[in-house]
Formats: sequence, C-alpha cells, structure tokens
Amino acid sequence: MYDIVIVGAGIIGTLMARELSRYRLKTALIDKESDVANETSMANSAIVHTGYDPEDGTLKALLNVKGAEMYPQLCRELGCRIKQTGAYIAACGEEEEAHLEILADRAERRGIEYAWLSNEEAHIQEPNLSDHVTRVLDFPTTCVIYPWEVAIAAAETAVKNGTELYLNHACTGIDRTETGYVVHTKDRDLETKMIINCAGIFADELYAMVGTPDFEIKPRKGEYYVLDNTVHFVKHIVFPVPSAKGKGVLAVPTVYGNTLIGPNSDFSDPEITTTAEGLAYVRENITKTLKNIPLNMSIRTFAGLRPSGSRGDFIIEEAKDAPGFINIAGIESPGLASAPAIVEYAIENLIRPKTPLEINEDAVMTRERPVVMSELSEEERTEMIRRDPRYANIVCRCEQISEGEVVACINRPCGARTVKGVKKRVRPGMGRCQGGFCEPKVLAILSRELGIPMTEVVLDAPDSRILIRENR
Amino acid sequence: MTNKVLTCVGCPAGCRINVEMEGDEIRTITGNTCPVGEQYARQEAVCPMRILTSTVRITGCPYRVLPVTTDREIPLASVDEVMEIIRSTVVEAPVSFEQVLIENVLDTGANVIASKSMPAA
Amino acid sequence: MMKKYSAVVIGGGSAGLAAGITLKENGIEDVLVIEKDDMVGGILNQCIHNGFGLHTFKEQMSGPAYAERFKMRAEEVGLNIKLKTMVTHIHEDRTIEYVNPQEGYVTIQADAVILAVGCYERNRGALAIPGQRPAGVYTAGQAQRYLNIDGYQVGTKVFILGSGDIGLIMARRMMLEGAKVYGVAEIMPYSNGLPRNIKQCLEDYDIPLYLSHTVTNIYGKDRLERIEVSKVDEKLRPIKGTEMYFDVDTLLLSVGLIPENHLGDEAGITMDPRIKGPSVDENYMCSIEGFFACGNGLHVHDLVDYVTLQAQRAAMGAVHYLKNGKPQEKECRVMPGKGVLYTVPNRIHPHNIDKTVEFFFRINEPVDEAIITVRCGERILRQVKKKYLVPSVMERMMFAAKQLADVDGDITFEMEAVSHDE
Repeated sequence: MYDIVIVGAGIIGTLMARELSRYRLKTALIDKESDVANETSMANSAIVHTGYDPEDGTLKALLNVKGAEMYPQLCRELGCRIKQTGAYIAACGEEEEAHLEILADRAERRGIEYAWLSNEEAHIQEPNLSDHVTRVLDFPTTCVIYPWEVAIAAAETAVKNGTELYLNHACTGIDRTETGYVVHTKDRDLETKMIINCAGIFADELYAMVGTPDFEIKPRKGEYYVLDNTVHFVKHIVFPVPSAKGKGVLAVPTVYGNTLIGPNSDFSDPEITTTAEGLAYVRENITKTLKNIPLNMSIRTFAGLRPSGSRGDFIIEEAKDAPGFINIAGIESPGLASAPAIVEYAIENLIRPKTPLEINEDAVMTRERPVVMSELSEEERTEMIRRDPRYANIVCRCEQISEGEVVACINRPCGARTVKGVKKRVRPGMGRCQGGFCEPKVLAILSRELGIPMTEVVLDAPDSRILIRENR
Repeated sequence: MTNKVLTCVGCPAGCRINVEMEGDEIRTITGNTCPVGEQYARQEAVCPMRILTSTVRITGCPYRVLPVTTDREIPLASVDEVMEIIRSTVVEAPVSFEQVLIENVLDTGANVIASKSMPAA
Repeated sequence: MMKKYSAVVIGGGSAGLAAGITLKENGIEDVLVIEKDDMVGGILNQCIHNGFGLHTFKEQMSGPAYAERFKMRAEEVGLNIKLKTMVTHIHEDRTIEYVNPQEGYVTIQADAVILAVGCYERNRGALAIPGQRPAGVYTAGQAQRYLNIDGYQVGTKVFILGSGDIGLIMARRMMLEGAKVYGVAEIMPYSNGLPRNIKQCLEDYDIPLYLSHTVTNIYGKDRLERIEVSKVDEKLRPIKGTEMYFDVDTLLLSVGLIPENHLGDEAGITMDPRIKGPSVDENYMCSIEGFFACGNGLHVHDLVDYVTLQAQRAAMGAVHYLKNGKPQEKECRVMPGKGVLYTVPNRIHPHNIDKTVEFFFRINEPVDEAIITVRCGERILRQVKKKYLVPSVMERMMFAAKQLADVDGDITFEMEAVSHDE
C-alpha cells in the first residue's frame, strides 16, 4: 500500500516526487512514457519567466513569481544548469509600447526587476532586433534552464530516497477502495491512499477515471526550430509584446548555446508533430521582432503540446468528487517557471492537511552534478581520465562527449534506457549531425551496459527499435 | 531493327551508348568515348554482367561482418543466387586482403574475395 | 614540453592517408596523422561497393580495398598514425589539442596542419520534414554503417529521399539484403547521383525514381509506418493534390553532405560559403598560414580518386610551404560565373604555381552540351566545348603556370549551354 502515487513524471511530477521524498512516505511515480520528462517538459521554451505576465489574482501570478525565485537554489541543489540571459520584450509602435507599461506596472508591484531600454540601447545589445522595434522592456533576471535535466535530477533524487519509479506504465484505470484507490497498469496494480494527478495533457482523462472532471485540457501545439550552437543570434530571450494568443514567437538562447525559434500556438491539431503550416508561421512571425534570422543553420525542428486548462488558470485542488485525488492540471506557461512553487503550494495546502508528513532524516535532497568533461578544468579532466580512461574516448564529435559520460548516465538512478534518454542526459545527437555519427556508438554502449542485444535497443518507446535484426 | 540506349557503368563518366540491334545481333555501337564503353555495350546488350559486393559473417574478431567482392563480373541474373551463398558463408579471422573465400562461386568463374584484411582478436 | 611536428594531418580517411603518405614520400619525417576511429580509411570502410580507384590504380575496387592499399603504403613509409584520438581544438598558432584514452588531453605544435576532416550528412533536422518523430528514419550513411560495419539490418520496407550516390548505393544494398525498396524521391528535376549508379542501383532492380518529388509528411509514433510523398513545383514547393503514400518502416535520407568544419571555424579559418569548406589557394593553403585543407572537409567529392589527388596536392603544398614559406605576391580570386556553382581552388597566386594548377568545378544544372569559358576580365584564358555535363560529376581543367603568369585580376569560370534547335 502506497501513501501516494504520482501519475505523470514531467517537471511537476518529478519535483513533487523529490519534495515528498523528504518525508517518511511510501511513494510511487509512474509514467506511460519510457523516460521522465518525455512530453510537455521535453518540448517547450525552457524559460524561467520572472512573473510579469500573468494577470493579477491568479495562481499563475502568485506561483510564477515564487517559482522563479526558487529556481537558482533548486538548480544548485540538483546540480543543474541555469543561465541568466535576461528577456527583452520588444514593442513595435505606440500601441505595443502602451502594453509594455502594463507589464512594467505589474513587475513593479510584484517586486520583479525590470529596466527600460530605448530603441538604440536595445539594438546595441541585440544587433539582430528588427528595425520595427521602437522600445524594449528588459527583465534581466529571466533565466533559461534545461527543463528535462531538472526533472531527471529531481527523479534521481527521489529514487535515491526510496521513491519507486515505474516508466512505460500507462494508467489503464483507477478503482476506488475503502482506504483510497488502486491504480491499474498493464504490468502492476498500485494500491494507494492518495493520487496526485500530474498527467499533463491527459490530466482530464485521468481524472475521468475516478470522477466527473470540472475542467478540460486542450492540448495547444507549439513548434520550434533549433539553431546550431555555433550561431550566436541573440544574447537575451527576445519576445514580442504578449497578446491574447500567448507570448508570441520568440528567440531563446538556451543553456548549451543552441537558439530556439518558436513557438506557434495551435489548438487544431493535438499531435506531437511538426507541420509545414506551423513552421511557416514561426518563420513569418519571428520577423516581427528580429531580422537576419539564420534559419539555414537550423539543425532540428520539434513540436510540443501545452496542457491548456479550460479555466485559464492553473488548477491545483483536490477533486470535489474524489477525496485524496489531487489535480495539478492546466500547467501551461508559466508552468515550468512555477513548478517548484506549484509543488510547494500543493503539499502545504492539499497534502499536509490530509497526511502526516514526518521528516525522513536519511533523505538526501541534493544531487551531485554528473561529470561533464567540457565543464572541467585541465587538472580535473586529467584526474577523471586517470581514474577511467573511457572519459577520453570521445563518442560524439559535435558536442565532444565521452564514452565515460554516456556510461555514467546509463548507470545512475533513473538512468538512461534509450537512445533518446542518453541524448537528454548527456547530449550526443543534439548537435549538427543529429546522431549520424554517434548514434551507432551510443547504441552499442547501451547494449553493453544494459546487457541487451543491439536489436533491442530502442530510440524511445518500447516499439521504437533502431535495428530490426542481425544481418548475417 | 531495335535501338537500346545504355548508361555505361565502366567508369564514373556514365556515357550514354546507343546500340542498334537486329534480332540478337549488334549492328552498331555509338556514343561511347572509350573501348571500355564498347565492350560494356556489347556485353550489356546480350547478358548484363556486374561486380557483386556484400559482407560475410566473420568470427574470431571484434567485428561481425567482413566486406567481400567478386573478383570479376558475374551475370546480373545470377546475383540473387550468389547472394544466397554469401549469406550462408561464415569465415574465421584472420583473413588476409583479397583472400579467396568462395572459389568459383556458382560456377561463374568468379571468386568471392575479402575486400580488406581482418586480423584475429 | 609541447611536442612539435613538422606536419600534422587531422583525419585518417582517404584524404588524410594520402596526404600523410605524400608528406613522408617527400622528405617530411615527423608527420602525425590523427584519426578518431579505431581504424584508418574513414567512410571508405562502410562503402563496400565497387567503383573506386579507376584513376588512382587503373582498376575498379571496393571502398575497403581502396583504403587497404593506402593502409599498406602507410605502413611501408612508416606513417605515424594515432587511432581513437579526437582533435578537440585547433588554434591559429597551429597548436592542436587532442584527447585519447592512452594520453588524455594533449597539446602539440605543428609547422603545417592538413585538415582532412571529412563531412557529415544533411539530416531530417536540417530539412525540417514535417510529421512525427519515430525510429526508422536514418541518413543513408548511418544505415550503411549499421549494415556494412556493424552487420545489422535497419528495416524491411524502404523509401529513399534524395538521389545522392549513397542513397542509390543503399537502394541496391537493401534490395540485395532482402528489403523492398519502394522508390527514390528527388526534389530536383534531375538526379544528384552518378549516371552509372542510377543504372546499376535503380534500373537493375526496377526501383522507381520520382524526380521533382519530396517527402512531405512522416507518420508513426514508435517506428515509422508511412510517408507522404508530393510532387514539387519549379520553386520546389509541394503541390497540393499530388500526395502519394508509401507504407514503409524505413526512410533513408541521402540529401547532401556538408564539410565538417567546426575546428576550422573555431580557429578563424575563412570558409567559402559555396563549398562550406575552407577557401584555399593553388597549394590548398587556407586563409591562415600553414593550414591546408583537402578531402570532403574541403568540398564534397563524388570520386575518392579526386580526394586522393587533391590530398596529395595539399600535401605537396605543405611541403612547398615548409621549404619556402608563404607566397608574398597578391592573390587573384577564382570565381564561379554564370552556370558554375564553385571552383577549387578559389584563389591563386599566379607566380607561386609550380608547373601546373588544376581547377575543379561543378556546373549548376544538367546540359547535353555546353561551352566552358575561363576568363580574366575581358580576356578569355580558355574556351572548350563539353558534352553531357551534370552537377553530380565534378569537372576539371588544368592550366600550365605560364598560361596564368600574366593574370592580374579575378578569374571566372562560366558555363553556357549550347542549344540544338532543329
């Protein structure tokens, strides 16, 4: 019998699992995907917004400001990268400049740092700003993170503290019992006192297994281009002035130097697919705020689905018709930025009142950052190689990643089990060649370390085999 | 009289060669720029021949397969049958460069030889 | 103490081996070749098909055999090769950082550096093909490696996008291994492969070639299930209503090769955007003194024989430089004019040419007959008529030093199609 089963191992589910692993609880974290952070948390703009955008009185406003404040400390504890890039909101013309005033006013009241830049000042900082830009509002404390890195680190911490992680476990049904619920999956049933619904775009479907949902999740697609990390297009995140349709098409300098260009915003096609139309929209609309856009240096495109809730605001509450079933739903932007605060809010307001939370003295909440050879000093690298020469065997030419790093990411708690899992953790395949050279090497290492034949190594899902048979 | 337009595979130039035939008999060959082309056209018009390259299973070394090639052209029509033989062949390292692995494969007069040397582990 | 070499060759593929051997043969003693893989030969090792070596060895051989010949020669001349060693950075002062499990991170100094770094394949990411992201989409070279080096099959029902040579070769290879190849789509109205490969890889196996077609959607959540192929208009935009669907589990992409020049970029070497590789002079010297470039890292070749030839010339360029230093005279640019995509070299020092200089160039569209004109301003340096030109086949033209001795401005290569209206 579990105290808590968390369904959904995205940024919310994993941070929830980590936070709950502080306490003496029997917790399981389950996900239908082959890895944590494999859907919405895998495909988004990667931004820790400071909290100037949500309207007053919303949970979004409250939790975004708080969450953004929590991130630097959280990333330190989890050994994750965070880069303070700052964000420019670029207005074109008087109407948009007026809207900037609203944002500045909110920032002022919420204690968020901001600065006004003239057209000239902004262009000196960002030479690729469009000539149509007339004024810029700068939020210098805006950061970018590697969203799945935070989720993976959080899951790893939780697992080390005793949380049971079950991947490739889609919830097929939930039954009520006298003391709580039984969560059914193809491979096992989990009996639990409480369920935390972190199921992202499927949150309403999951809720429907126990009650009558009083909200709906509408997946809203966003498509992006990824530029090669040799291109230095922007230093700051560059936004257009937000509109009813969302934050618009932006350029984001990510923690590893790639630039994201996107997203569009499309309710009509709830599939994780890129489309000719969506990418055309991105290409067209990025020119509103920027010029000289080096899309010829694009190395990849991707799509993500935002779980837009029908209430507009985040939904963080116990289901009215299902006691002990906690919904954390509609976590669209600024969901990533708010995530640590959402978890804290849910625990303090919804979980603690129902469950005794007794501190587990043995819990370790920090995670040591995995060795990244390119981040080490010469002495540290030499020492690493002396201990394990595999750290000198480079398997990924584009990103210069060693065999040692790949092996380590497989053998950690919540380690990589798939080619995509390795890519998310240590980046082979993230570069120009997109795995052309390194994939065979990564595949061989996975086969060796997991003790499975080459033909059973998968790209991502259990049926996504790369090699179908031995030839000879 | 029939006309055949052939793309020569004799070298990368890929000349377009025109072969005029009467029944099974070649009347004229034009468009080739060297003797290889004429020879190719003469053969191609009656019985196309190709070099076949593939791999065979190898044991006793870190690699699973060894690249091989026929040491002369074999009839295009017999490629499938020769592939069957290649598929069922297993060799053991060490293998030297151009070592004969299958002699006179399918009575074509061609040997299947190693495209590279492979030392034992 | 930093170890010093007269010449360091980065890359031990066909270009690097040829360059290293030529350096040794011409009296340069301390040469080091650095190769990232566990064997020399580079991409030749997976190109098990026939057709290499006609120019170099006067016979046709397989890729591994071609590599083996050079490997044997390298042993004869005592070429020093470091395997499983990755160069991580190069610098303007010709210091080179590399790493391998035996030595860890090492920095060395070279008097001359030859970049023979090869190329990488354009992939789905760069093409931005819409759709899902299942397993089963490979670059042709990736599938070729899995099949020919690792000994694994990637799929059974195959479609190929792009008619580059690797794609054509893979079409035949997959058929021979029992897979069914449903077709090859080429976005251009003509193939980008060598004519002989169209013949012996597609026509021999009745594989349809869809010219002016491209893949417009990819379906399949886990493994590829289906692709959508559409006809394109003159501006290469898909035409609505022309969609065809193929239920395949494998899509191979053979859509171009790009010289891998991260190292050179970082060192500040000037790239020629037309070839995406370093701009080089008659001695294959780059914009930074003492750096030379050759092979597919310079520009993408269709024939390994020319890789060898240019690598030997780059090595001779390095020998010349080590003896005489850099040329002092002003350089003339060599420019592609109408109908020509690029030229290599793309600049020359007219009085630094040792006997001859050969220009390699590509034309921009297939023509049955054309006049190639090489001019310096109004002056025509050479004019020749050529037949059956295609972009996939590199053209060459040799000049004697004395023919260029009084050139004083940019040289332009132009191609004009001869029309036969009857």
